Amino acid sequence: MRKTSARIRLLLLGLLLAPVLARAELVIEITGGAETAIPIAVVPFALDGEGSLPVDMAQVIDDNLTRSGQFQTLARGEFIETPSRREDVGFQNWRALGIDNLVVGSAERDGDSYRVRYELLDVFTGRRSEGKSYRVAGDALRTLAHVISDEIYENLLGRPGAFNSRIAYVTMEDREGDRRWQLIVADADGYEPQTVLTSTQPLMSPAWSPDGEKLAYVSFEGRRSEVFVQNVGSGEREKVASFEGINSAPAWSPDSRRLSITRSRGGQTDVFVLDLNSRETRQVTDSSSIDTEAVWMPDGRSLLFTSDRAGGPQIYRVSADGSGTRRLTFEGNYNASPTVSPDGREIAMVHRKSDGRFAIAVQTIDGGNFRVLTPGGQDESPSFAPNGAMVLYATRANGRSVLGTVSLFGDARQTMSTAGERIREPAWSP
Amino acid sequence: MNRKSLYRWLLIALMALVLAACATTDEERVDDEEGLTDEELAAMDRDRDRDIDARGVEGRRLVEGSELERMLNDPDSPLSRRTVYFAFDSSEIRERDVSILEAHAAFLADHPDQRITVEGHTDERGSPEYNLALGERRALAVKRALVLYGAGDNQIRVVSYGEENPAALGSDEDSWARNRRGELVYR
Repeated sequence: MRKTSARIRLLLLGLLLAPVLARAELVIEITGGAETAIPIAVVPFALDGEGSLPVDMAQVIDDNLTRSGQFQTLARGEFIETPSRREDVGFQNWRALGIDNLVVGSAERDGDSYRVRYELLDVFTGRRSEGKSYRVAGDALRTLAHVISDEIYENLLGRPGAFNSRIAYVTMEDREGDRRWQLIVADADGYEPQTVLTSTQPLMSPAWSPDGEKLAYVSFEGRRSEVFVQNVGSGEREKVASFEGINSAPAWSPDSRRLSITRSRGGQTDVFVLDLNSRETRQVTDSSSIDTEAVWMPDGRSLLFTSDRAGGPQIYRVSADGSGTRRLTFEGNYNASPTVSPDGREIAMVHRKSDGRFAIAVQTIDGGNFRVLTPGGQDESPSFAPNGAMVLYATRANGRSVLGTVSLFGDARQTMSTAGERIREPAWSP
Repeated sequence: MNRKSLYRWLLIALMALVLAACATTDEERVDDEEGLTDEELAAMDRDRDRDIDARGVEGRRLVEGSELERMLNDPDSPLSRRTVYFAFDSSEIRERDVSILEAHAAFLADHPDQRITVEGHTDERGSPEYNLALGERRALAVKRALVLYGAGDNQIRVVSYGEENPAALGSDEDSWARNRRGELVYR
């Protein structure tokens, strides 16, 4: 009955106050779930005993846990009681509903800020597994909900959550031929989008620096592809690669000192490493095929890249000095756009299935345990979550370009879209 | 193979293509593997011209009032067609586009101070980064053909936009066919 195959649809602007939103009508849709997911209920947090918070923190937490694919949340309509503290919980009520874990909490207004406390309760023993209180400004309630989501996730699964992180993506808007590209940074759940760059020329390929403070990306503002680095906080930006030919596909080395980029010379496209201090490049691949989309392994010693040297595109690994090239993918005739999990054990990619649809697939770095994660269609640009438990990607739904997330556990998927814009090329922050 | 003999070889191949084109019957030319008729192509040219009028400030400012502008906008002028189309994942110039490129090459040869940019574009299928490389291959193929027909190498700049700046916004065969293109931009 509380199968999470039920669809949840939130129209953001319809919600309460939502005063700080830079952009309108973000539509979030969550589908799927898993049989093995942990049953949990998140009770709405009461404000000063009776009112409600400007941000429904319990709903934010509920959505986060659902989206991970590792939790099965209980719909509010089935709640028998709405306690705010352990002392008020009738544990037998929740046991009867098949709930293993319960989140309760409350908030008090304190001047311009809020004091928020919550408890994670084990329904079986009636004990408290976690409990904290915070004091935050009103505009940080949503962020706090992500922090609490991470704490619940880590407490119950023994692995860090990735809810309090950000995503970057590119939108393109076409108004009767007048086009506008924007580079957007948003919370990992798609909320609070903020524009960091607007251009009348295409933008592509955002990539986060390891400290999450900078974005490298490709801009066509010079009427050709050039690589820029921009500080997300200050907006300060700098052109770092403007060689003759293509300059694209930036990816940060783990030590932040270098960018792998794609350059072309006389029609030959290869992977290079750009030293951000000296601005010199060193060639890593050298083939007449298209070699591009390099990403670094977490140890910084080797890179993965896509090459069509064997006919169709496949993913290869090469040492940063250009030696020891090895093919990693062998399923089907199209595997491209690699992204590496933060522990370096898994790679996700775009895979063309036998029915011709492009889907997100994952395998271990040594080629084992290949599996397709999405039904497929026009999925592209996968990017691992910082905890390696989910993948963000671009796809199409109902004829529109949208972003999707998929869990590596269960089959929970979410899509995010905004009206009238094409959303593309997402990147998940560290 | 050295440069000269490569060009000689290409010239022979192209002449064969042109001869083949002359021998083609009307029925065959109406439709090819791309599913676009000559009528549709003409409509695409008209659409593109509307685009250029709508956002062509930069392209036209330098040449306003000139012979060039008249030639670019006169539908009877061979220079009014400035887009060539490609098959999926291909950067081969198709025979029916040869006459367009010949006309531009002849004009460039007559006007050695004139510069153009060849923009290579792809459809949305495949990865954006791969498509950026494919777009460059297409732009370079157009440039090579123009040079082969007499334009100067230094007159032509190439740039790839990959799939980032589509001519048609749909996600269907017709839109994809319109987006796999090389555009000759006079500045």
